Formats: sequence, C-alpha cells, structure tokens
Amino acid sequence: MDVAAEVLSNTHLSSDYNVLALAAPDIAERALPGQFVMVKTGDRLEPLLRRPFSVFEVLREQGKPIGVSLLSKKIGPSTHLLFDAKVGDRVQCLGPLGRPFAPVVAPDEAWMVAGGVGLAPFATLAETLRAKGIQTTLYYGARRAAELFFLDWFERLGVTLQLTTEDGSRGERGRITLPLERSLKARPQSAAVMIYACGPEPMLAAVAKMAAAHGRPSQVSVERVMGCGLGGCYSCVIPIKTSEGKPHHVRSCIAGPVFRGDEILWQ
Amino acid sequence: MNLSVRIGSLTLKNPLIAASGCFGYGTEYSDVIDIATLGGVAVKGLFLAEREGHPPPRIVETPAGMLNAIGLQGIGVHRFIAEKMPELRARGAVVIVNICGTTLQEYVELARILSDVEGVHALELNISCPNIKEGGITFGCSVHGTADVVSAVRKVTKLPVIPKLTPNVTDITSIARAAEEAGADAVSLVNTFLAMVIDVETRRPRLSNIVGGLSGPAIRPIAVRMVYECRQTIRIPVIGMGGIATATDVLEFMIAGATAVQVGTANFVDPLIWPKLLSGVERYMERHGLATLGDLTGSLDTSAREKEWISS
Repeated sequence: MDVAAEVLSNTHLSSDYNVLALAAPDIAERALPGQFVMVKTGDRLEPLLRRPFSVFEVLREQGKPIGVSLLSKKIGPSTHLLFDAKVGDRVQCLGPLGRPFAPVVAPDEAWMVAGGVGLAPFATLAETLRAKGIQTTLYYGARRAAELFFLDWFERLGVTLQLTTEDGSRGERGRITLPLERSLKARPQSAAVMIYACGPEPMLAAVAKMAAAHGRPSQVSVERVMGCGLGGCYSCVIPIKTSEGKPHHVRSCIAGPVFRGDEILWQ
Repeated sequence: MNLSVRIGSLTLKNPLIAASGCFGYGTEYSDVIDIATLGGVAVKGLFLAEREGHPPPRIVETPAGMLNAIGLQGIGVHRFIAEKMPELRARGAVVIVNICGTTLQEYVELARILSDVEGVHALELNISCPNIKEGGITFGCSVHGTADVVSAVRKVTKLPVIPKLTPNVTDITSIARAAEEAGADAVSLVNTFLAMVIDVETRRPRLSNIVGGLSGPAIRPIAVRMVYECRQTIRIPVIGMGGIATATDVLEFMIAGATAVQVGTANFVDPLIWPKLLSGVERYMERHGLATLGDLTGSLDTSAREKEWISS
C-alpha cells in the first residue's frame, strides 16, 4: 500500500521533535503496533531513499481510521523535511510493514521501555494492551524534561509512568534501565511480565540482557539503516544467534523490526 | 504496440528487468506488484553456498544515489531452487539467475545446476561485484578472465548467457568484445562504480567494508555513455542499467543502444515504479508513432554532428 498521504497537521513538540498527522485510511486500518511505514519526503533526488518510521498513532474520526501520525526527531535531511512539512503537503507512505509486537494476555503485565524517539511504537501498543485490560507501565527516558512527550496521553489511557532524564529535570536522574532493573528485582518470579523496548541500540541491548538475566521475555524494536523496507536490498540486517552458534544476518524490515530480545546477537 | 524485445533466444514481453541485488529473490515483491508483468527478474547474486555478507552498515545515501557493500549475502543455489523457484514459476516470472563464483569451476557448476531447473530463463554472470575480494570482479576486470568465464559457462548451458560488466575498467568495450567472442548472448552493464563516503566527524568510512558500489541517478550519464560505446563495438544485445528512475531514462538507454534495461535503486524508492515506467514508454511510442519498441534501440541520431564535421 503506497499512499500519497496529505499532511493533516504538523505539531512541533520541541525544536527538533514533531508529530506529523497523515491522511492514510488504508494504512491506518491495517497497522498493528510495532509496524512501520517507509516515507519518501519530497519528490527530489536528495534525499533519494525512503526512511522507516514507526506508526505513532492511528488517527480516527468517529471511530473510523482516517490516518496515522509519525513521531519524528530532526536528525538528517528527511527528518528536516518532515519537521518543516506544511498542512496540505503530500508525503509518500508505503506500509504498514514489518512484524508487529506480540501482545501479552492478562494477567501478564506489560512494561514498555522507551528511549527518546523510541516512544514511537508505544502509543498504539498501549492502546491495544489497555483495551485488553492489561496492566501496562511505560519506562520512558529522555535527555531532559522538555523531551518527555505525551505523558498525559499515556496517563489518561491508564498507563503507569516511570520517567528518567539525563539531567534530572524530570523523574529520576540517569538512564531508564535504573528503574527498570529495580522493578525487575522487586517483582516476584511468579508474576509474569513482558518487556517491550524501543530506543537506541545500546539501550535495547541493555534492556534485553537485563530482562534475560531476570528470566523475563522481551521484545525489542530495532532501527537499522534501511534501503527499501521490503526485503529487496539486504541493507538493514541484524545478527541473530543460530543453533549452530554462528551469527546469521536477518533483514530487520521483514524478520523484524520486532525481535525477541534474546535472539539478537548484541554487539 | 509491440513492447517485446529479444535477448538471444529469449523474448521478453517488455524491456524492463528488475536488477540483481535490488529485488531480493523476486518473491519479496510478489505481494506488492505482479512480477509476471516485468520483462524479467534478475534475482540476487547466487553462489553455490550460503553467504553472510558484510557486517552493517551496508548502505549510505549520496547525492542522487547510494553506496552499497552488501557483500552478496545469499541463500545459495540449492536453497534458491528449493525455496524460491516454485513461487517464481507459479507466478509466471521470467527468471534471470545472477551467478557468482570465486573460481571458474564454481561458475560452471552453478550453470550446470541451473540449466536443468524449470523456469530459469537465462543466466547473468556476475563478474563485476565491487564488494567482494575473491573471484567475481577479478574475472570481469580483464579481457582474458571475462573470456574464460563466458566460454566455460557457454560450454555447459543452452540458456542465454549474459555477463554483467563492471564500469571500473579502463575500456569497457574491450571487455564487451571479449564476452561476445567467447559466446555470450548479451551483456548487461553497468554494475556499480567503486566509491567511498567518509564521516568527517569520526574520520571513519560510512560503510563497514570501507568502499562500496555507487548506484542511482548520479551514475546515469556515465552508464548511458558506456552502453553507447558498447553498442558501437559489439553485435549482441546490450542490457543497459545505471540510475534509471523514469520512462525518459529507459528511452535514453534504448536510444543509446540498449535492447532491454534493468532498474535497481529506483525500485527501492518506489516499488510500484514498473507500471509507471511502462505507461511512460507507451505514451512516448504513441507520440512518436512507434509501433515496435525494439526499433528504438541504437537509434541515436548523430547526423547533425557528422554534417558539422563534413562542412568544417
């Protein structure tokens, strides 16, 4: 599904974060939590390739899916264009793509661990989980208080928040793995919990290892340099463990972006 | 309107071929487009054995192009035949298998194996991948190496044999001529240009392999020139590629001398590009009263320049 999606709104959250709402009912209808879209900004040869973005929100009007939003952080040329996009502009959007998160079943709890723009896949996941009545906690770390977004939104959904900032301006000072580890230690082994994580790869590695050390399953959403999003180019590979013990490169666009934390061979 | 073109004994329903390395094994795209509507599908380069390829990062974007060093990760010929060919056959794709070896014997073995496989329409010999040290390009960079691979494969197969040539040589026409004399049915060109991108902040190369192959619109004018030069030198069909992203680009390559074309990088940007290219070509044919697309091949008009020379 490739849609020339019209920009419905572009909300600047900070000097480098924005949420872009796009009219794309067909994608919105199909998108599952953790899936992504390949976005082509502008019709020029630079930037040439599309970029992957998690579906942030599924937008609805009177219950009907009308589009999706993207949470973007200004880093390269594509995200600069997305930051500057105007209402009415068109953004080419291919998707939904990739393997989604597998939701847990109550009474298991869900702990979502987000680092920075890694918050993106957790809005739709939280909606899905809360609709199933699952106790859900968001562990959310950012550089500073002003870069913790949508906190009210998650609270209204009934999601418990655990926040950290690198400068201590909101929540605990330090990395998000600090409160996560405390919670893992405190939780009785008999009470099941699934850990979901999205953020910088070192954070994902730390979370996956921490979860495994405490005997908890985890699902991580990875972001690798992606060329096509469809399995054609073999650029977005990530090494996974195999039964023979040697690493095997799998394409994160079609085998992922969501992987079991313990199947990835973390660097 | 007749859009079909002939490559040796093979007739393609149209000149658009998905370029090897840019279209997986074809099956990845079968949910996105009807792969039988393409003139052909050149599948990802296959060795006898499975390969893991290079560590990431494997691609980096460049002005109007991209650099890749995938390192020919692949499932090997046996798994390809068992796991991919049934679907490709069922979907009616015209399959061109791109084969790579580290030795002459490996090319021969691959050609033997694939010649007996139903649904394999042609063999493209990868003697031009810039990203692996062993084999491949060491053949494609010399006249003798090219002739050796082509004639060895020629002896063991009736399938059309299409060596894919590298532009990273002093004179691509001498390689093309060697391929023709050794019995190739066509040549495809160009593979990517060896190139490099450096992150100045870290002083590190942007690719794990340090260097990679440049593709995309940035290389198109050089590729067009090389297709033109080869067309002047050899009689067998030239399959042109290098940065094709629009119907105009397809036509440009054909006028320069290409019988068919391959599209790679542009398929990453727009996997639904194929019907757009075809309808653009059809509109051109209508506009120019062209009934047979094949008539466009090599129709470059240089008469103005010739007149100028005569008068001066």
